[in-house]
Amino acid sequence: MGVPFYVPPEQLIKDRAEFARKGVARGRSIVVVMYQDGVLLIGENPASSLHKVSEIYDRVAFAGVGRFNEFETLRIAGIRYADLKGYAYGRADVTGKGLANAYSQTLGQIFTHEVKPYEIEILVAEIGDAAELTELYRVQYDGTLHDERRFGAIGGHEEALRAHLADNVDPAAPLAGAVLAAANAIEAVEERSIAHEDWEAAVLDRNLGRRKFRRLHTDEIAAARS
Amino acid sequence: MSDTDHSGASLPLGSVTPAASFTSLLAAHGMNPTWDIPESSSHALRAPEGTTVLALRFADGVVMGGDRRATAGHQIAHRRLKKVYAADDFSAVAISGTAGLAVELIKLFQTELEHYEKLEGTRLSLEGKANHLATMVRNQLPLAFQGLVVIPLFCGFDEGASEGRLYSFDVVGGRYEEQDYATTGSGGSEAKAFLKSAWSEGIDEEQALRIAVEALVAAAEEDTATGGPDLQRRIYPNLVTVTSAGFSEVPDDRVAAIASDVVGSR
Repeated sequence: MGVPFYVPPEQLIKDRAEFARKGVARGRSIVVVMYQDGVLLIGENPASSLHKVSEIYDRVAFAGVGRFNEFETLRIAGIRYADLKGYAYGRADVTGKGLANAYSQTLGQIFTHEVKPYEIEILVAEIGDAAELTELYRVQYDGTLHDERRFGAIGGHEEALRAHLADNVDPAAPLAGAVLAAANAIEAVEERSIAHEDWEAAVLDRNLGRRKFRRLHTDEIAAARS
Repeated sequence: MSDTDHSGASLPLGSVTPAASFTSLLAAHGMNPTWDIPESSSHALRAPEGTTVLALRFADGVVMGGDRRATAGHQIAHRRLKKVYAADDFSAVAISGTAGLAVELIKLFQTELEHYEKLEGTRLSLEGKANHLATMVRNQLPLAFQGLVVIPLFCGFDEGASEGRLYSFDVVGGRYEEQDYATTGSGGSEAKAFLKSAWSEGIDEEQALRIAVEALVAAAEEDTATGGPDLQRRIYPNLVTVTSAGFSEVPDDRVAAIASDVVGSR
């Protein structure tokens, strides 16, 4: 039996983080921005049925970038967590903060305990009755949890996107304005134009009934960007 | 990571087979209700029972309605019990039988449908929803032998076939698709007898709502456990419609107008 090499913990964590970060950076970004009626989640996704943006619960939505099977696992776990909690207690007791915390704990565990860390980054959005009650959480591959204001970005070119969004996002803008600002930011950072049908977008709209999540059609995106 | 804790910070990662139902998830988390009731113990139990509910087809979809009364023996247990619920955006479910269990059954059924829809990104077919409800009723069978019976009615708009469809159930979880109308509960046979003469093919929504109320009034006249419209207390039947536009609850003032008209004309 060979003697295992000693790897200092600093190096181990650094290697794992680098591995995960590279995986995330290969993916296409998703941007989340607040607008007058709630929150818009939008990103490039040519696949029409493999969603990156999804409904979790009445007021809570999810977005993931990176390896599909890994964030899909987290999406399913999130829906299970939310439905169990809402069934056992009450619908109002399912919160974005609780879910983001659960994701953070789980990803932290996976980062240090599993053979390979998840190469993903996720975002949890929850809308409240008023704009200032809207919450955006970004969770990284190692479980690091960030609380975002007005807008957020996950995936490849996060820093550049944030810089772009900071100047162009207006939380009082109508939906079309938000789509335009978010799509422009992604196109500017990617340095290419993206066809209307290659976008995936959804909103949490506080004017809707109990379930606030709604996917946007291609023609809605086209109309907003024309 | 503990997989048995639903309230804390841990995520139910577990198996990721999306087809697994919410009920099996509950069972895996030890949250499925189970009873160990001795054979003879339930006879003294007088749990409130919900009574008459009905559903009928009309030109654009289906109407579903129910009275508001729950009885425990000869007592009125509740005057304003709601027995008709949205199952999801395109279907409705109504209950009769042991009220407490039935209301819980509906909550579980609603959660099941929404859970499936979110995981799979698509709704179950109407047939699939009816089959699932039948399974849930069948799972109650041990309780039914103890006298705690729950019988639902289910209806919805079949988005594929573009028509309203109705399903009735029996105590062992039998599922029967009905053609034009269906009723259940203690006043169900009276309501059915009325619908038999009043229903006709191609009636519009207004007519359908009216004969639904008339059928409930007819049931209330013969069955003490069914509550008719109570104009003084402003208690009216629950009425809902499911059409191509989806589920919609008929507002109370509209039901009130129909109910006072029906009661006044008898």
